[in-house]
Amino acid sequence: MPRRLSYREALREALREALLADPRVFLMGEDVGRYGGTYAVSKGLLEEFGPERIRDTPLSELGFVGAGVGAALGGMRPIVEIMTVNFSLLALDPIVNTAAMLRHMSGGQFSVPIVIRMATGAGRQVAAQHSNSFEGWYAHVPGLRVLSPATAEDARGMLAAALADPDPVLIFEHAQLYNLEGDVPDHTVVDTCSARVRLAGTDVSLITFGGCLPKAIQAAEQLAMLGISAEVIDLRVLRPLDDATVMTSVRKCRRAVVIDEGWRTGSLAAEVMARISEQAFFDLDAPLARVCSEEVPIPYARHMEEAALPQASKIVAAVQALLGSAP
Amino acid sequence: MNAFQVPAPPTGPVPWDKAFALARLSDMLRIRRMEEKAAELYGQQKIRGFLHLYIGEEAVASGALCALRAGDNVVCTYREHGHALLRGVAMNAIMAEMYGKQEGCSRGRGGSMHLFDRATHFYGGQGIVGGGLPLATGLALADKMSKRPGAVSNPFEKREGGPLTACFFGEGAMAEGAFHESMNLAALWQLPVLFCCENNLYAMGTALARSESQTDLCRKAASYGMTTERVDGMDVVAVHEVVKRAAHQVRHDARPVFMELQTFRFRAHSMFDPELYRDKQEVEAWKTRGPIHTYTARLKSQGLLSETEFLALDAAAQAEVDAAVAFAEAGTWEPVEDLLRDVTTPQGAP
Repeated sequence: MPRRLSYREALREALREALLADPRVFLMGEDVGRYGGTYAVSKGLLEEFGPERIRDTPLSELGFVGAGVGAALGGMRPIVEIMTVNFSLLALDPIVNTAAMLRHMSGGQFSVPIVIRMATGAGRQVAAQHSNSFEGWYAHVPGLRVLSPATAEDARGMLAAALADPDPVLIFEHAQLYNLEGDVPDHTVVDTCSARVRLAGTDVSLITFGGCLPKAIQAAEQLAMLGISAEVIDLRVLRPLDDATVMTSVRKCRRAVVIDEGWRTGSLAAEVMARISEQAFFDLDAPLARVCSEEVPIPYARHMEEAALPQASKIVAAVQALLGSAP
Repeated sequence: MNAFQVPAPPTGPVPWDKAFALARLSDMLRIRRMEEKAAELYGQQKIRGFLHLYIGEEAVASGALCALRAGDNVVCTYREHGHALLRGVAMNAIMAEMYGKQEGCSRGRGGSMHLFDRATHFYGGQGIVGGGLPLATGLALADKMSKRPGAVSNPFEKREGGPLTACFFGEGAMAEGAFHESMNLAALWQLPVLFCCENNLYAMGTALARSESQTDLCRKAASYGMTTERVDGMDVVAVHEVVKRAAHQVRHDARPVFMELQTFRFRAHSMFDPELYRDKQEVEAWKTRGPIHTYTARLKSQGLLSETEFLALDAAAQAEVDAAVAFAEAGTWEPVEDLLRDVTTPQGAP
């Protein structure tokens, strides 16, 4: 029987399950313990598992992410929580220079089985330094697996798969999704290699991930009322990208709009579009289009923040423009 | 004070038996001869990229590494040929790695800066200044959390203490945030890390006083509530005795210790370095404190070493180098078809 869980509850269940299943697993990060997690994901875990395994860290991203890499090398299975993606920039060195490269530069001697979770994305009026989507930057780096759970089911299932991975895995949790509810099967097993069709359609592929998935689905519903059948693809795994699912959809719909909360220039959307151009150019009936964040730091004022981000209305407009039916 | 005045050369009795004493001399000669050859091979373009020589600093690795146990972890910088060698990585594999051959200890993917060896818990070969410090902290955290048994397995393990992680880094790293964050974590969580700062006075071309507001490095470390030790890094005897004591403390108290090993590199920072930032006279002054000739003189004056024995040790080191070069020359290039190998872990790999 599937259960109704919030994305947050699903993450917490997954953490609890992982901690129970493997004594090598531990969680560390800022305020994961006594505070209960910045987004309350780890609430209650300190009481159950104690301060060794639910380890509060100083405000020291470079230090504790690097220590997580070392602990992984030393045989543990650390889950490191970074409060937001913006703070992860303080830990780029251990993530990119060390975790992602160590196996290669040691000639295959040392793998780094670390899982790094972090909140990402905008939409809560927390302004420029707490609202970014840098998933695309991390997806640039060979040696990393980059996951973007957008549903409660993926929130529940991706952690176990990430922990089973012998290499570093980054999990991006969009802050707007924590309260989202969804059906979660009893024994959730999900893969960390494929994209998923979330809504089937025939006229246009809406390709997205993370916090933009609900917006894409909302856009598809609005388009349906206009007689346009949109297919929604949830990329789920941002590195390595699942080209096959994307191309199958694009070849069927012959038009595609990529929706990405990252800034337009050098975005993950740009990479997806390039791949479609390389692999399915002659199947297209219209130029590719994308809806990304505007090229501005995320503003505080609500109306300005909304204007900066992808929205269902912008997606609908982009599709209408593709179909030559813009108002 | 004359800028090029240096402390008197290390003197005094060597408090070791002959075998141990000569082994330390052999350590230093092996590093010296290997690196002199590497520099020569660089000139012949057999070795390319960055090559950071340890020449002048050998007493640190020689005194320190023999104080460690087989199960301890070792994390080093890109100036790590000597540490790798004394940790037990074969000179053949080190030389082949510098050549970029697949018989190298990192299969030719790492080069001079990225020597790794799983068998000896040798975790690099880290190319980012300060990057090894959080890594070492995490390795010690893993040992503490998993209660990894001591390297020497015996029924008196408690008495023997647990494994430690020795982290070597230069004084340049002490200006990095990674240093401070790692010191804080290691002290806060009481982790068994032996922080070994090899202070050679120059962070590439920047002298200590030009990069640190506080040039008393032990004082910086002590601010984290950590025991500190300062030692003459040109004196293999002093290095070994202090590291032995510090390692014992780290193992038994499961707490970090910081050591400043005061040393000097006789060669340029890397082969690209024209050495415009320091006076040749300063280098010459430091050479009077050279770790090999001062130690040799002490051993001889004590009657622990004859010239014949010295020549035999040196010849053995040279023969090892010659064999390593032959091994590297005979090594093979990894096929380009394997380019994408070891980016991620293949299924079923360890």
